[in-house]
Amino acid sequence: MSDLTSSELDKVRSILKREPNETETGIFTVMWSEHCSYKSSRIHLKKLPTKGDRVLVGPGENAGIIDIGDGYAIAFKIESHNHPSFIEPFQGAATGVGGILRDIFTMGARPIAVMDALRFGPLDDREWGDRNKRILEGVVGGISHYGNCFGVPTVGGETVFESCYNGNPLVNVFALGVFRHDEIFFGRATGIGNPVIYVGAKTGRDGIKGASMASAEFDEDSKDKRPNVQVGDPFMEKLLLEACLEAMHTGAVVGIQDMGAAGLTCSTCEMGSRAETGIEFDLTLVPQRETGMTPYEIMLSESQERMLLVAEKGREDEVFAIFKKWGLDAVTIGVVTDDGMLRVKDHGKVVAEIPNRELADEAPLYDRPHNAAPYRPAPMEAPEFGSPDLKGDLFALVGSGDLCSKRWIWQQYDYTVRTNTIAGPGGDAAIVRIKETGTSIAMSLDGNGRYCALDPREGAKLMVAECCRNLSTVGAVPAAATNNLNFGNPERPEIMAQIVEAIEGITEACRFFDTPITGGNVSLYNETLGEAIWPTPVMGIVGLMKTAEPVTIPFKQQGRTVMLLGGLGACDATHFGGTQYAKVVLNKMWGLPPALDMDYEKRVQTAIREIVNEGHAESAHDVSDGGLAVALAECTVNGVGASIEIATDLRPEFALFHEGPSRILVSTAVPEAVEEIARKNNVEALRIGATIYTELRIGDGSVTWIDSPVDRLKQVWENALAEQLAPVHA
Amino acid sequence: MRFGVVVFPGSNCDHDAWYAVSHNLGHSAEFIWHDSRTLGLVDAVILPGGFAYGDYLRCGAIAKFSPVMSAVREFAETGGLVLGICNGFQVLVESGLLPGALLRNRGLKFVCRPVALRVETTDTPFTAAATKGQQITLPVAHGEGCYFADDATLAMLRRDDRVVLRYVDNPNGSLDDIAGICSEKRNVMGMMPHPERAADALLGSTDGKVILESMIHSLSVAAA
Repeated sequence: MSDLTSSELDKVRSILKREPNETETGIFTVMWSEHCSYKSSRIHLKKLPTKGDRVLVGPGENAGIIDIGDGYAIAFKIESHNHPSFIEPFQGAATGVGGILRDIFTMGARPIAVMDALRFGPLDDREWGDRNKRILEGVVGGISHYGNCFGVPTVGGETVFESCYNGNPLVNVFALGVFRHDEIFFGRATGIGNPVIYVGAKTGRDGIKGASMASAEFDEDSKDKRPNVQVGDPFMEKLLLEACLEAMHTGAVVGIQDMGAAGLTCSTCEMGSRAETGIEFDLTLVPQRETGMTPYEIMLSESQERMLLVAEKGREDEVFAIFKKWGLDAVTIGVVTDDGMLRVKDHGKVVAEIPNRELADEAPLYDRPHNAAPYRPAPMEAPEFGSPDLKGDLFALVGSGDLCSKRWIWQQYDYTVRTNTIAGPGGDAAIVRIKETGTSIAMSLDGNGRYCALDPREGAKLMVAECCRNLSTVGAVPAAATNNLNFGNPERPEIMAQIVEAIEGITEACRFFDTPITGGNVSLYNETLGEAIWPTPVMGIVGLMKTAEPVTIPFKQQGRTVMLLGGLGACDATHFGGTQYAKVVLNKMWGLPPALDMDYEKRVQTAIREIVNEGHAESAHDVSDGGLAVALAECTVNGVGASIEIATDLRPEFALFHEGPSRILVSTAVPEAVEEIARKNNVEALRIGATIYTELRIGDGSVTWIDSPVDRLKQVWENALAEQLAPVHA
Repeated sequence: MRFGVVVFPGSNCDHDAWYAVSHNLGHSAEFIWHDSRTLGLVDAVILPGGFAYGDYLRCGAIAKFSPVMSAVREFAETGGLVLGICNGFQVLVESGLLPGALLRNRGLKFVCRPVALRVETTDTPFTAAATKGQQITLPVAHGEGCYFADDATLAMLRRDDRVVLRYVDNPNGSLDDIAGICSEKRNVMGMMPHPERAADALLGSTDGKVILESMIHSLSVAAA
């Protein structure tokens, strides 16, 4: 897993036409690790749609880029830092933020927003609960520390708790930056004879072979891997950002790449490979903060906050002057050559000599067996159940980890810095304005491991649909996507089958919703002691919209019509087994995820965008986890309640809590206008009730299923997470 | 009016302050680099939020030694208006331009949220356009905003009407709910909440404008 297999070693020998030395073996090991080479997933990733009218830069660069009009573009990407966050939650998460921010500004863009998709084991787990709390507190603290100091707002994300993440939390960080088309930079070492310049922090022994750690499962000895985790310095990163952007604006920089996974090794060979050039440099020139480092250690260190850039020969001093102004190291360590080789010297003596292209792009590709059925952790048959207390069920749901307010988390993130945040955490989608263009960008992160565990293909499609629905609900047109594929060990056919099914599901849905994938990340071997996580793809989609006062979730005024755009939806016992109701109330899981009709979904999304953009919606909220009743409860958090009557043949548990897609709650003063737009798009728009003060009442017209003061629901929803975390402070 | 916004390495609200002054209020704003020994021709200075020099030692502890702070001190001594926001407030107390200290929040966590504040005095150039007792809502975003001073200092601040802003709902454990104070000569103010983040209706609140508008008003009165 983490080391080269014998056939990989044979391939190395045939490339070099000799035996590799220790340093070269180390270089191949990290570059051909799963983390850097995507060797198990690459042949399937090729299926993803990557082209579109707006796509300026697709997969393969540090971040994808799309056009947003007026000569401006956005760069965005998601990346995981799962393994480091398990071993050292605070630094693991902090450096996850740092790494993705560098991916954005290495393209020339200024980061303006971050979101995080987090997965932890349950906080009340009898065996793991205390540890899960510590991991959550550490991860949130690390994200807060790094993002707040750097000065980028953390505007959204999601947090989910499942037992499968007990020994393997997921930390996926999304970042987005903005720039003009003519400010785009690439990680290419062009121009024979140009100087190769190292900038930023000095190299130490931290994070050595981090990429290969991230490509292995965990076992009893994993705590010994703490030295593999890097330590982040957000202040250094902030200086690096300002210095790099300033240096890029001089015109003296021809190519630039951050040193992330596999550090100096990856940045040198990838820059050379992309430009079809060679890079020759001497390790003695590399700034080091420890003495006696070997070539192997320097090449494989993952010390943070470092960048490699290639400048135009003769203009080095312009670059040096800027880095000096910001108090940063900038040293010429080598030169671009014409022979396509990565040639590493130590005191003038060659210690590694490898063809760039073969090293960077010729990693072995594996078509791993996936002929087994995807692993399913649950039966197909539904159990018998019947609720004696629907109101109690709703309270249990709004107080559950997945559905309760995450304010305790996001209040630790600076989400208003840079004065662009129109809609921050807690909404269906975050919105930031682009000051330069006068338009706005909406963004949403979604993943649903529970659905994907039951059916990876359908789960993946539902995930893409929900992500797009979240954007449409705030009035944005989904434009492009990035994805993070978190799975277990691909060498097991039943896991590999999950990966293939999920990728094909994403492919189908992203094609359908016209959201090309511009890049992303694959994180495999998410297993501890042989226990794999559920298949957990995470999607980040960005949408474009006009700048306007946002339409938000809470009901605003009494006496408005409450409408369910998309209708009540259908459900049967089989399709109820992946719901939050099944999880929280019944403590069970079975069957299949909700059924998705993508055609209908698309029409609902077109309709809601028009409703919102025409100003007909006073509030709008996507119905998802927890179903209609939970969505209604979330609409009442500002104190305005609702009286709802649902005419349905569905049993009350299904009517209230099923999670069928393609549904959006709207409160409006002009129901006829909403109906007109719905009719035009051939979708249902049901009048299900009216907003009233301070009560939430839901029934079928004859029986009242739920009746509660909204402040009691809010109290449970608002305090649940802090209460679950409380014992750790005792 | 011409505002100077100081940029320390690690300042990250410098651009926000610049934008609020220049775009939301329509006045001129320029950046002043930390190693500058002069402020140039400015009518008022803003020390913005952020993490000056990383703030790894103690917030503002390094910034007070920067060349620009000697210029800011001279400017303040001659009556120039100096507004320190968040990290800027921390720099002002470390520099001795304002009394007291800012400690870690009582909850030990960074806190970002809108907070309600009460304007306690209008007898400052920073609140002259407000009304006494007026309630305004501004975002806070800090990990070390718990105002602390000894009893004698607190008594002096109260006696001299130097507590400019108080929290209605104290987010960080500040003594006497103090969110902002001014200097003895009343021309230097430090505050933890961010008025520059509440200067644009699109972002939810324009309550912060009253602080910046008060400064502009006071400067124009002084110039007249």
